[in-house]
Amino acid sequence: MEHQITCINCPVGCRMTVTVEDGKVTSVTGNTCKRGVAYAEQECVAPQRMVTAVVTVTGRKTPVSVKTRTPIPKVKIFECMKQLAATEITAPVHMGDVVCANVCGTGVDVIATKNVD
Amino acid sequence: MLSPELRSQVKYVDVLVIGAGPAGMAAAIAAKEAGVHNLLVLEREQNMGGILRQCIHNGFGLHRFKEELTGPEYAQRDIDKVKELGIEVRTGTTVLSIDEDRFVTAISREYGVQMFEAGAIILAMGCRERPRGALATPGTRCAGVYSAGTAQKFVNLEGYMPGKRCVILGSGDIGLIMARRMTLQGAKVLACVELMPYSSGLNRNIVQCLQDYDIPLYLSHTVIDIQGKERLSGVTVAEVDSNRQPIPGTEKHFDCDTLLLSVGLIPENELTEMANVEMSTLTSGAIVDDSLQTSKEGIFACGNVLHVHDLVDFVSAESFKAGKAAAEYVQGKKREGKYVNLKDGNGVRGVVPQKLLVPDGEAETVQIMFRPAGVYKNATVRVMDGEREVAKLKKLIFTPGEMAELNLKPEVIKGLSGGDVTIQIEQ
Ligand SMILES: Cc1cc2nc3c(=O)[nH]c(=O)nc-3n(C[C@H](O)[C@H](O)[C@H](O)COP(=O)(O)OP(=O)(O)OC[C@H]3O[C@@H](n4cnc5c(N)ncnc54)[C@H](O)[C@@H]3O)c2cc1C
Ligand code: SF4
Repeated sequence: MEHQITCINCPVGCRMTVTVEDGKVTSVTGNTCKRGVAYAEQECVAPQRMVTAVVTVTGRKTPVSVKTRTPIPKVKIFECMKQLAATEITAPVHMGDVVCANVCGTGVDVIATKNVD
Repeated sequence: MLSPELRSQVKYVDVLVIGAGPAGMAAAIAAKEAGVHNLLVLEREQNMGGILRQCIHNGFGLHRFKEELTGPEYAQRDIDKVKELGIEVRTGTTVLSIDEDRFVTAISREYGVQMFEAGAIILAMGCRERPRGALATPGTRCAGVYSAGTAQKFVNLEGYMPGKRCVILGSGDIGLIMARRMTLQGAKVLACVELMPYSSGLNRNIVQCLQDYDIPLYLSHTVIDIQGKERLSGVTVAEVDSNRQPIPGTEKHFDCDTLLLSVGLIPENELTEMANVEMSTLTSGAIVDDSLQTSKEGIFACGNVLHVHDLVDFVSAESFKAGKAAAEYVQGKKREGKYVNLKDGNGVRGVVPQKLLVPDGEAETVQIMFRPAGVYKNATVRVMDGEREVAKLKKLIFTPGEMAELNLKPEVIKGLSGGDVTIQIEQ
């Protein structure tokens, strides 16, 4: 299959055509440097994203900001958001605390990115 | 003149920092580390951290910490350092006035009206978004029109959504980030509309905030009408020609309850102007020298109040310099030498600093920053001392969305003739 993608690694933003066969990248064209190839190989086979969001703190008016510790598969983003919307935690919260372990079975924890006393 | 009674209430501080965003915090940390102990930071909000507190996405800190942090995490590192160093910070305190003699008034609930005399002042008030009034958006004045930053504050700090169906005007990074944020929180983002033929946002944000969610980006388009009585009910968008005038017959209508404006930032310089500091019409900030000192002795400026930055890492780097320079100023270290002017040449807008000291003694490397006036591919930036090229920088691409920077080495500075130096881009 052929994918049209834009490399995000620098402001040049090369438009690349990437061919994927049997889950493997077989050709990349349009890139200016080799960082484009590495990006295409990730993006067209197993795209991943960091997810950042906010989670309710029980009894508080303001939520706490959170992130996935590492990127998760792109297809899991909305499922992850759904799980976070249903999550409530209690103060105090410290930056780095696990808010939601192994979110949606990705093996990745969601952690707090700020302190709530 | 103050009465003797009032006079006795004026507190003297060596270095006074206005604002505790990343700029103010870095400046205070540097001043403290350079040996200033009578140091005070005044911050209007209840918390330190500035705009970073609401930027919950990641992508901060790659240059400074070599890792990708979210806004709150980046801010927390400086907050911890400020606390560790025992720097006094008064939050909930708004600075009302400053003057060129460095007399400062401020107000807070806790302390009421406060007066200070400062050995040096560091201006770090940041910037704010262009409000709707600064734009000629036509149509009714109904609810549902917000700046993207205000919406960011609602969603990320207060936890509530400004609407369900949304159009975004402006494709700078804040607009793009909000397109994703609104989508993830369950809103439908119908379009992102950009007046210019290119987006000033990062490619990464165009891909990960728009394309990932199939949100169309309309370049060379603008909002020509806003409908709704009490609440916004829709907007009309049209393509624009090369003079940015709407082209009849290209109108598209969107039913939506929210329009987010992400149409640029303006440095918040009311206080700066009160002190009669010389301003630049190109950056909307103060004119500074390479030590970040303004035209008024002992008044320094750094961060977004000086010029709008894209990356907080550069805000911090600039502000460390300002803090150190302010410390040296109150410690009586004189900078002797002669000044040259740095001027914008072809393709360059808003060079900072605008003045450069060619010191009598040893020179240090000076970083100059500016915004390319357009998109230039395979281009070279040249630093010209009159007709003589003294430094250059080649890059595959320069875009207005990305601040360019270039270092002038000590030997280059020492070798300057004393006339104006021009920075220009050649394709
Ligand atoms: C809405 C918005 C979103 C942004 N998103 C991003 C992003 O995603 N990524 C990125 O790299 N950059 C982003 N930026 C740019 C970001 O602002 C800078 O990187 C950085 O935060 C600038 O730091 P600063 O300290 O100069 O300003 P700020 O962070 O704005 O801090 C200024 C501080 O000064 C205080 N202050 C102002 N006036 C007074 C007064 N009179 N008295 C006392 N205190 C005062 C304010 O309360 C504030 O805390 C964004 C900017 C805005 C406006
Ligand atoms: S391929 Fe190389 S030059 Fe092109 S956008 Fe990616 S990093 Fe930049």
